[in-house]
Amino acid sequence: MTAVEVTDLRKEFFRREGRWRRRRVPALRGITFTIERGECVAVLGANGSGKSTLVRLLATLLLHDGGSAHVFGHDVFADPRAVRRLVNRVSVEASFFKKMSSTENLSYSARFYGMTHSETSTRIPEILERVGFPVERRGEAMEALSRGMQQKVALARALLTAPVLLLLDEPTTGLDPRSKLEVQEFIREVRQIHDATILLCTHDLDEAESLADRIGILDRGELIALGTADELKGRYEAETLEEAFFSATGRALVEGEEEEEE
Amino acid sequence: MRGAAATLRGELIGLAGVVERNVYLIRRYLWWEIAFFVWTVANTLTIVFIAKGIEAAGGKIDVDRTTTILLIGAVIWAYLGIIFEILTETVAWERWEGTIEYTFMAPLARPVHLAGMGIFAVVYGVVRAVVLFGIVAALFDLQLPQANFSSAVVVLAIASVSFVGIGMMTAVLPLISPEKGVQLGFIAQGVLLVVSGVYYPVDVLPGWMQALAVISPATYALDGIRAAILDGAGLGAVWHDIWPLAVIGAIAVPLGLEVFRRGERYAKRHGKLKRSG
Repeated sequence: MTAVEVTDLRKEFFRREGRWRRRRVPALRGITFTIERGECVAVLGANGSGKSTLVRLLATLLLHDGGSAHVFGHDVFADPRAVRRLVNRVSVEASFFKKMSSTENLSYSARFYGMTHSETSTRIPEILERVGFPVERRGEAMEALSRGMQQKVALARALLTAPVLLLLDEPTTGLDPRSKLEVQEFIREVRQIHDATILLCTHDLDEAESLADRIGILDRGELIALGTADELKGRYEAETLEEAFFSATGRALVEGEEEEEE
Repeated sequence: MRGAAATLRGELIGLAGVVERNVYLIRRYLWWEIAFFVWTVANTLTIVFIAKGIEAAGGKIDVDRTTTILLIGAVIWAYLGIIFEILTETVAWERWEGTIEYTFMAPLARPVHLAGMGIFAVVYGVVRAVVLFGIVAALFDLQLPQANFSSAVVVLAIASVSFVGIGMMTAVLPLISPEKGVQLGFIAQGVLLVVSGVYYPVDVLPGWMQALAVISPATYALDGIRAAILDGAGLGAVWHDIWPLAVIGAIAVPLGLEVFRRGERYAKRHGKLKRSG
């Protein structure tokens, strides 16, 4: 079954030039791909390649300028509420109410997905335990927690609503090596236990290779390749994924500009 | 039918979640709330003392009556400020905390989300207004033997529907203009009260301001509440204030929702629905 079907998806933003002039800048230039149910697809791209725009379009946070996107058969732009029930997201920033505790933040999020107080009072401690969050720190304000701890709570928030499609937008960027490994291990566990479909946007080549079934290369808004790591290496006659990326795009992964939005 | 019931249940849980989150935030920022309330009391006193000042300067006025008129104006100003502030936080606070994307991608109907913010704003605002009124009235030893408080509360409740509707319109401003949206909301609040006779009769305003006063719900709220508290007017006697409030409320809420919907679409089109604006 197809979980995600994206066809000729286009998005443009405006860039200000001077006080009055604005110029259209394409962020996605007609990308097409599918993700099967239970599959993990990683999208590699430098800053400004369009990764976050893709995630935000699928998360119903942006409107497209052309093409289409469907999540489990639901049109992302015509029926966003149906899509929102199926999707959750972890991004590079943990994003919580800083003064509220992990439990309070998770409760707030869960209510939006129809979970009652009695449901969250059992589910939240369970899920926090699973992500390795210390019991004694559940009442502490988020601002008192380390970045790694906050990202664990972000994962817990995404999983609490049992999404069938998980959008991961650089979930391990900025984490220390140990936290990074813990988060990656948890992503594997989620896939196995929850049968979740995962779209992972990253510029970490090792992460993409170790977690994903297929890897896409997004460059300046164009999806220029999509296949298994071995297929990509074979196609570009490269020994490593990094070489394949360089051959495909003509530049290293860290180069690029920030995605531009008005 | 069962599907509709499940959807309704989910929406009500979501609405309760919005209220619950605001309770958490008030608890976490309690000292800030107390400080802001003390500032509101001080601000109200500076206005209410004007009545005694006029008498001290030789003016012939009914000090208690003028004090009460000014107090009601100041309390309504503070109440409206809370309603607008909390509704504006629908976007502004979420953007500041960075949670806006998670909240706006959740499967909760936007009208329910805004209703949750509105309900909390009204309940919190009413509690705050009652305490503010009580403290200042006690400080001035105001005797209000004729006051019909139940009638005043009904007028305030009906006016609140309009206030929430207008608050929804201003709440979208930070979504359209992340840098200046909140300030534009303050302007809307200020204009609303200037034309509504907050500390003076509407009759003293220039003609064009009086025309605006006709469509401002605060005009009728202030008039009705003053009549109820100063003269003991019952609901029948303030009916001429209640029906315009009901009409304005019936227009303001759907209009507020539509303005917010359009603002959200604009933000999604231009990539402004994100933490950093």
